[in-house]
Amino acid sequence: MSRLITRRRFLIGSTLAASALGLSGCDALVQDDRVKSVLKIAEGFTMKTQRLLIGDNALAREFSESDISPVFRANGTSMPDNPQYIDLMNKQFSPWKLEVGGLVEKPMQFSLADLKSLPARTQITRHDCVEGWSAIGKWTGVPLGLLLHSVGLKPEARYIVFHCADEFEKTLDGSGWYYESIDLVDAFHAQTILAHSMNGKDLEVAHGAPLRLRVERQLGYKQAKYLMKIEAVADLGGLYGGGGGFWEDRGYEWYAGI
Amino acid sequence: MATPDATAAPPHRTKIYRHSLLVRLSHWANVLCMVILLFSGLQIFNAHPALYWGQYGADNDPSVMSIGAVQDGDAIRGVTTVGGLSVTTTGVLGVSTLDGEPTPRAFPAWLTIPSYQDLATGRRWHFFFAWFFVINGLIYMAYGFFARHFRRDLLPSRAELTPAHIGQEIVDHARLRFPKGEQARHYNALQKLTYLAVLFGLLPLMIITGLCMSPGFDAFAPWLPELFGGRQSARLLHFVTATGLVLFVVVHVAMVLASGVFNNMRSMITGYYVIHFGEKP
Repeated sequence: MSRLITRRRFLIGSTLAASALGLSGCDALVQDDRVKSVLKIAEGFTMKTQRLLIGDNALAREFSESDISPVFRANGTSMPDNPQYIDLMNKQFSPWKLEVGGLVEKPMQFSLADLKSLPARTQITRHDCVEGWSAIGKWTGVPLGLLLHSVGLKPEARYIVFHCADEFEKTLDGSGWYYESIDLVDAFHAQTILAHSMNGKDLEVAHGAPLRLRVERQLGYKQAKYLMKIEAVADLGGLYGGGGGFWEDRGYEWYAGI
Repeated sequence: MATPDATAAPPHRTKIYRHSLLVRLSHWANVLCMVILLFSGLQIFNAHPALYWGQYGADNDPSVMSIGAVQDGDAIRGVTTVGGLSVTTTGVLGVSTLDGEPTPRAFPAWLTIPSYQDLATGRRWHFFFAWFFVINGLIYMAYGFFARHFRRDLLPSRAELTPAHIGQEIVDHARLRFPKGEQARHYNALQKLTYLAVLFGLLPLMIITGLCMSPGFDAFAPWLPELFGGRQSARLLHFVTATGLVLFVVVHVAMVLASGVFNNMRSMITGYYVIHFGEKP
């Protein structure tokens, strides 16, 4: 760090702490594992506080038709290059089946037609990306709780994991497949739905066709697209990086309520 | 020879206990928090360097303010747009040097934690220190009310709030003439008003607009982002309020330097402040 910058930062009002940390010092601190584990305390604190405040059932705000974003930004994968997915897409997802398994009494498979025939919930909600932008859209789909009741969760099930058809990061060990997970509080929340429609039309490929998750009290990366399989598990440690999601394995919070 | 000054004491210095331990500790904890919150906040901003008004806002919606990079022949140019006005800000905003190369980046590496692009880490730092900042603030507020710190030290008297008095203080500040003697025992009216505006205006607004961006918190208090016109408006105000705090810190540090840096620093570290009586200003 040059003397010029030190001096200037001091003069413009940077404080003792900033000059003491310094630039390179900052990055070394940032990468220290002990520092990382201390900072992670905040996530648990945030989750406990928010759960205490909102309770299990409070709804995310729902908007009116006139509030819907003219263009809903598609993020993450907008066209999976997985050949199996492309084949399903070319057949309008008629052979596609959602597998529901893991720690359940009765594993089941649902076609898109099956899901569309089930009772649906429609909600106009705000999607908040972790990057900072927001978009409002109308989602229609099956409440996840309904499916979970029909397959019956085993008592040891604690989390619901969503396996997706998009490999977001190409890796040799296959750790780059998109996946997500939520706990049972969010799984049985009224607004947690498996959306097959957006803004009154079948879900577009860019938005996760044929089925995507909506967990309205959390950030955008929890809203897994291109769902293939739902799995009930007792803990998240054994899956991929163990963080409970693609972005979680890359440092982001598992509890994405903030 | 009888003059009114005859009874005045000869020039001398007095040490007064100016800042209680709790004020000093919370002040420095706040310094640490605000520095880290600012720099990690700019890291988060860099993930989507545009601000909007209303409930929603993304790439296809009109922004109120944005920082970006445009191709300009062989080079890239940093452009900052506020309202309809675009300004070239290459070197600092939009495009800055990273590893010797001009790189598209809203805020430069020396203003972000970490210095490289890493939203996940920026968030971890931001939220950890946001908690620290809130807890520190609550302890300070409780102390301020119960120990009568606010009433005793920060509440201006009626006489201090007259236009004539405030006007005189502004003139004195502009000339860098600071109170001496008996008057230096207390904060002046401009200080009191500024500290009150920061403590009860900017800092709470920072926390509230920050909470408005949380989808979890919004489920608890959906009316809160509405107060500001929506989540994206709250995000914009979070940025504007942060700018206000940066301006406060710049002036605050400048005043500390101009009005006796050693005495000021000593009082905020040890608590003791030296006042000069009877000396020429």
